[in-house]
Amino acid sequence: MYEDRIDQIIDKYGTEKGILIQLLLDIQHEFNWIPKEAIKKISERLKIPYSQIFRVASFYTALSLKPIGRHLVRVCVGTACYVRGAPRILDSVENKLGIKSGETTSDGKFSLETVNCLGCCALGPVIEIDGKYFGKLNSAKVEKILSSYN
Amino acid sequence: MKSLKSPYDLEKVRKDILAKKDPKRLAIAACVSTGCRALGAQKVLEAFDEEIKKQGLEGKVEIKETGCLGFCEKGPRIVIYPEEIYYFQVKASDVPEIVSKTLINKEIVERLLYTDPVTGKKARHLSEVPFYKYQNRLLLESNRKLDPKKIEDYLAIGGYTALAKALFQMTPEDVMKEVKDSNLRGRGGGGFPTYRKWESSRNAPGEPKYVIVNCDEGDPGAFMNRALMEGNPHSILEGLIIGAYAIGSHEGFIYVRQEYPLAIENMETAIKQAEQIGLLGEDILGSGFDFKVKIHRGAGAFVSGESSALMTAIEGKVGEPRPKYVHTSEKGVWDKPSTLNNVETWANIPLIINKGAEWFASIGTAGSKGTKIFALAGKVNNTGLVEVPFGISLRDIIYKIGGGIRNGKEFKGVQTGGPSGGVIPKQHLDSPVDFDELTKLGSMMGSGGMIVMDEDMCMVELARYFVNFLCDESCGKCTPCREGLRQASIILNRITSGKGTEEDIKKLEKIAEVTSVASLCALGKTSANPLLTTLRYFSDEYEAHIKEKRCPALLCKELISYYIDPEKCKACMICYRNCPSDAIIGEKMKIHVIDQSKCTKCGTCYDMCPPRFRAVKKISGEPVPSPIPEEKRLIQRAKKEKRD
Repeated sequence: MYEDRIDQIIDKYGTEKGILIQLLLDIQHEFNWIPKEAIKKISERLKIPYSQIFRVASFYTALSLKPIGRHLVRVCVGTACYVRGAPRILDSVENKLGIKSGETTSDGKFSLETVNCLGCCALGPVIEIDGKYFGKLNSAKVEKILSSYN
Repeated sequence: MKSLKSPYDLEKVRKDILAKKDPKRLAIAACVSTGCRALGAQKVLEAFDEEIKKQGLEGKVEIKETGCLGFCEKGPRIVIYPEEIYYFQVKASDVPEIVSKTLINKEIVERLLYTDPVTGKKARHLSEVPFYKYQNRLLLESNRKLDPKKIEDYLAIGGYTALAKALFQMTPEDVMKEVKDSNLRGRGGGGFPTYRKWESSRNAPGEPKYVIVNCDEGDPGAFMNRALMEGNPHSILEGLIIGAYAIGSHEGFIYVRQEYPLAIENMETAIKQAEQIGLLGEDILGSGFDFKVKIHRGAGAFVSGESSALMTAIEGKVGEPRPKYVHTSEKGVWDKPSTLNNVETWANIPLIINKGAEWFASIGTAGSKGTKIFALAGKVNNTGLVEVPFGISLRDIIYKIGGGIRNGKEFKGVQTGGPSGGVIPKQHLDSPVDFDELTKLGSMMGSGGMIVMDEDMCMVELARYFVNFLCDESCGKCTPCREGLRQASIILNRITSGKGTEEDIKKLEKIAEVTSVASLCALGKTSANPLLTTLRYFSDEYEAHIKEKRCPALLCKELISYYIDPEKCKACMICYRNCPSDAIIGEKMKIHVIDQSKCTKCGTCYDMCPPRFRAVKKISGEPVPSPIPEEKRLIQRAKKEKRD
């Protein structure tokens, strides 16, 4: 099922030099993870060794080698959020979802990640769910926000 | 808009745009950058759209979306033109009133104006708001005037005049001289003179040469590059093209971290628009100079902000640094001469070309010229982006602009320069802010993150946080950084959990010495700064953790206990109901007690206890008082007795 879409994404770039990371980001964006098939396909079509693609995909935090949940919750633990209580926010999210950072709930609904900075430092602590930002949080607000995704 | 073939065409288009502008036209401008979006700016705009129709103003009011004005704390923020009235913290529910009162009847909605917390005075214009009054906004000022998605807006404020001037009135050598005389230093970290980077690339053999914008902004707590790229992408593009012309480059990259989707979107739009009207591509403005540019999204690695690592990432490889005995300005992307500058550095170029090196060099201190944007965050009243001339004191930034520390707490330290910087304590608050002064204090300018900390922040914990961060982000290529940070992290974890020994301080100092000398890249070399500055300025806190097993800031979880003061508890049941681990023993009219064996020290009870009681206390370094006897827990209606 991935094959056609992967082909389309590769076609978009053609044979440009140095596009591997951009390609992987697009695939990540499309499927929410980097399936094995994608690495294989890129390797075949771009003549880049499988191991090299795997190395890139495992190095960068924005690329995930396992499928993630329908909703991606990212808790900012950058310094500004940190001094304003981000660790407590992370605790609340972990408690509420019953998973640790880097994990996905068993029903495949939520994945949880920490990020180093979302660039909304003035509004800390901040979390982001599916690209939407929530600022000036406390534990009670986090509960409410997560419940609204149920 | 048709393609521009000469500087004359550019001026004509500008005149046409300005002629169409009606200065008396009603307009609403709202900041829609990431910060205000998080606070609901888009809902406010939707409400305006609807309300304007409802109240019969359709077609009479222009709604503009602009970039970040910096005062994110008080967002969403809107401006009403032509009167230029600033409203802060606007909610969608305020919109009907704004439309009927301000737009139709020209009355001011007083409660939405900025109120000075000290004098209580309302401010109608930005110049009356202390947050803005002490700034010198050379770069950020334009953000409020333009819609980043419209090149017309940038042209209207004189955009691309510097490019036309450089291409038609100056030789590349003239541009080089101007940049040299301006004394501009790189805004991304080390403060390396921009001119020297450019010259080295210019003189290096090899074609093609590349110019690169660094918008990796990996320092947690810094967002000035995001605001510039989201709010005024053309200014960066214009600076880049001028630089390319001076260096002799025809190809550029803009490296943006993927965590900044809006910055990428606005830059993509800007590039397309500039290409369409002949400001990018072949034969720019008919000058014969060609230049093209591509965006490269960063996939999330702190180390990729380092110049050589960033360039390997552009090549599509793992972004790891390499030894720099050969400079990237001579051998960078695909081993070709590559000039990498920070977003803010590039954005300064059009200003320097337009207003001249002499003007630029008149701002700032002897060694640091111009202004610098800081991201003021943490425990300060007014958080946001602050642009100030070099030489201003830390105290002025934190107290005059930042409005002092939140909730009347005591200032403890300010962290500058991100994870590579250090903490500057109270006794150095009057130091002027410039590249060299901050380095003298053991910290660094970095990209301009400035995180203010109050008495509640533990400095050992802070060092642990940064070392852990760097340990995670270390690419692992060189041993001093990979292993040194790991060991430092283990030791700091030990100290913050109360298991530290006096030997540990010496070990930390030793590790810091080795990593700062022997690491491959700047990430490792500067990784010791957070450690060394906290050891230097806050050694008493390390000692308290090690010798007394006490955290003076009452932060380190394993060294504190929560305790309910029986004198103050009013048995309101709030903490009892909210405790996630059922560690509170209590019922109505009975003083609550924490079961220490069940307590996970999450702090919920501390947060929830109503401020008028303040019964929950944190204690450290002393035993928890034993719970009061059962028979004394019953509350006698204390208030009634008092009244009698």
